Amino acid sequence: MAGTIETLVEAIVGMREKEALENAQALLDAGVDPLQLIEASRRAVEEIGERFEKGEYFLPELMLAGEMVKRISEMVKDRITSESPEKRLGKVVIGTVKGDIHDIGKNIVSFLLDANGFEVVDLGVDVPAERFVEAVRELEPQVVGMSCLLTLAYEPMKETVRALEEAGLRERVKIMIGGAATDDRIRAYTGADAWGKDAAAAVSLARGWVGG
Amino acid sequence: MVAEGRRELSADEKYEERFKAWMSPANVQFASAEAEKAYKERVQLIKDAVELKKPRRIPVCPNIGFFPANYAGITAQEAMYDYQKLGMAWKKYHEDFQPDCLASCLLATPGRVFDILDYRLYRWPGHGTPPNTPYQCVEGEYMLEDEYDALIRDPSAYWMRCYLPRVFGALEGWKNLAPLTDLVEMAFAGAFMVPIGMPEVQRSFEALLEAGRAAVEWIQAAGAIDAEVMGTYGVPSLIGGFSKAPFDTLGDTLRGTKGIMLDVYRRPGKLLKAMEKLVPIMVEMGVRTATMAGHPMVFIPLHKGADGFLSRNDFAKFYWPTLKEVLLGLTAEGLVPLVFVEGSYNQRLDFLADPDLPQGRIVWMFDQTDMVKVKEVLGGGACFAGNVPVALLKAGTPSEVHAYVRDLIEKVGQDGGFILTTGGVVDEAEPDNFRAMIEAGKEYGA
Ligand code: B12
Repeated sequence: MAGTIETLVEAIVGMREKEALENAQALLDAGVDPLQLIEASRRAVEEIGERFEKGEYFLPELMLAGEMVKRISEMVKDRITSESPEKRLGKVVIGTVKGDIHDIGKNIVSFLLDANGFEVVDLGVDVPAERFVEAVRELEPQVVGMSCLLTLAYEPMKETVRALEEAGLRERVKIMIGGAATDDRIRAYTGADAWGKDAAAAVSLARGWVGG
Repeated sequence: MVAEGRRELSADEKYEERFKAWMSPANVQFASAEAEKAYKERVQLIKDAVELKKPRRIPVCPNIGFFPANYAGITAQEAMYDYQKLGMAWKKYHEDFQPDCLASCLLATPGRVFDILDYRLYRWPGHGTPPNTPYQCVEGEYMLEDEYDALIRDPSAYWMRCYLPRVFGALEGWKNLAPLTDLVEMAFAGAFMVPIGMPEVQRSFEALLEAGRAAVEWIQAAGAIDAEVMGTYGVPSLIGGFSKAPFDTLGDTLRGTKGIMLDVYRRPGKLLKAMEKLVPIMVEMGVRTATMAGHPMVFIPLHKGADGFLSRNDFAKFYWPTLKEVLLGLTAEGLVPLVFVEGSYNQRLDFLADPDLPQGRIVWMFDQTDMVKVKEVLGGGACFAGNVPVALLKAGTPSEVHAYVRDLIEKVGQDGGFILTTGGVVDEAEPDNFRAMIEAGKEYGA
């Protein structure tokens, strides 16, 4: 089956996993530049993110898209000689705050931000305020994202914002929060700049701030 | 022989029997005649709400997690290990707030039991989380993608030989065990016993015995606390038994979120078959646990079918059919499913109004769903409960909480069939806000 970059994008967006992977392999075997495959994955996921935002796609689609993209990048990994001089819209540092060990929501947010052109630095789970401060100081992101699942994260979120203030870094970043049991009231409580209902909201917030 | 000859009670007769048992709980000794009267009145309030009548006043039944520990100034770790402190905190909560339902201290769970078993599915204070952090689930793929056939063939054997050895470190040896269904003839039984002699299996059973002893210690202490609270303050428990939607049984702690969502695409047939297999198991769990508790209500938390998780099509295909079968199985036994609809269901409320479900026999508890819409769709057909947000209880003010409750009751609580509860499980709240919720509930619900 000789597909094109366009049919590859369509297969990924259409959730036809087998077809997408075969198509990608065929393109690679035919000598297509591996970077084009990466670019195709990125375009596909951007479209998938838009459908998620519109309420047409849900978790199964996001999870499957993640799998397809992962396999395609594994496929091309050995063949990429030079790093692409990818232009990134901006940098987002993200993590699940101290005390909370859940990462499904955060991972989806990272995945969509990345697909939409942001460089995402994921600090993982149970991230103490100091790690956020350090990361902001060293990496100079424009945006910090804090994720949680449980209400026990309210205080650590607030502490993290305060720690950034105390370190004199608060003005340099925009802070967004999200996760089950958060809402705009909790945003105000923690002193963050915005609250996002879902991963699509995280993308539009970051876009709004970075002007992409 | 006796059972077969006898006329089976109808679902409604069973329902009345179960409420009768709940009215006169065998394990509770009332401290006073008033306490007993208050208890019975509160059960009646809930029964009226379930039956869509207008109760004398709206019952105020917050959904409580570790809030009593936080409020009384003990850590989550103390609540899980020190039954003295557990009792102090949970009694203080009822004394100070006077809710209409029991906040069961059993929810704090016995830390020692899980220490002994090395429960890997969760972390808890002193075992992976700091002292004041309640237990948390460790997301993972505890059932592998190629294990559906084994589960479908024999769920119990699958649990015993594959799932349990993965989630309990102390039961790792059980992967050597043979299914219990081998035990049909003397000539087979000897071979069956051999793996049980292996050192790691021996150790697993020793751990299990020890865990059992720790569990009995816990239930004696914690059960007595609950009984004392019920007897002193005249508060019934809202929860009797428990069960789950088959999609969540698989999706939460077997396949995990990612696993189950991929299965929707990669192996839909097996997923559907496995869920069918789980229906009678989930019904039996609900019937047994509620019957043991002498209580009509079966708590069912709904997880992965909410808005944002599955499309309406996938909800209709994968989530709802087996959940509905579980609900029908329970109501046929005279039980009242108490369904905690977590997250929001704004895009799929109509499913819950399914005409096949019996009227006035289910309670739907809502988290973030629009309650006005809930009343439109479910009102008059099923009791619903909701939904003071935990975020408001933590970060709002008493007057905001008061206003929320008044508004909610005005909009959806006027015609009966309504219970006031919190949107989420309360771990943290400002005490003044919490008090404002209870007071406003009693004031406007009268
Ligand atoms: C599934 C679930 C479970 C599963 C978790 C395991 C599993 N494999 O799934 C199980 C059954 C084990 C479970 C257990 C418990 N749970 Co639970 N659970 C849920 C549930 C239904 C969904 C969570 C989830 O998986 N979300 C999926 C991801 C994708 O969503 P998300 O994390 O919200 O992320 C999205 C957005 O929020 C946003 N987002 C996330 N991060 C960020 C960051 C930024 C910057 C932005 C902009 C956006 C953003 O984007 C994501 C994608 O769109 C929620 C209720 C709900 N509907 O949210 C309760 C919930 C989290 N659980 C709760 C509770 C109380 C518990 C238990 C304590 C119950 C008990 N007594 O045993 C335990 C232990 C706590 C724990 N979870 O570890 C409460 C927590 C409230 C509280 N007091 O903290 C909740 C909120 C239910 C409720 N309304 O009360 N739970």
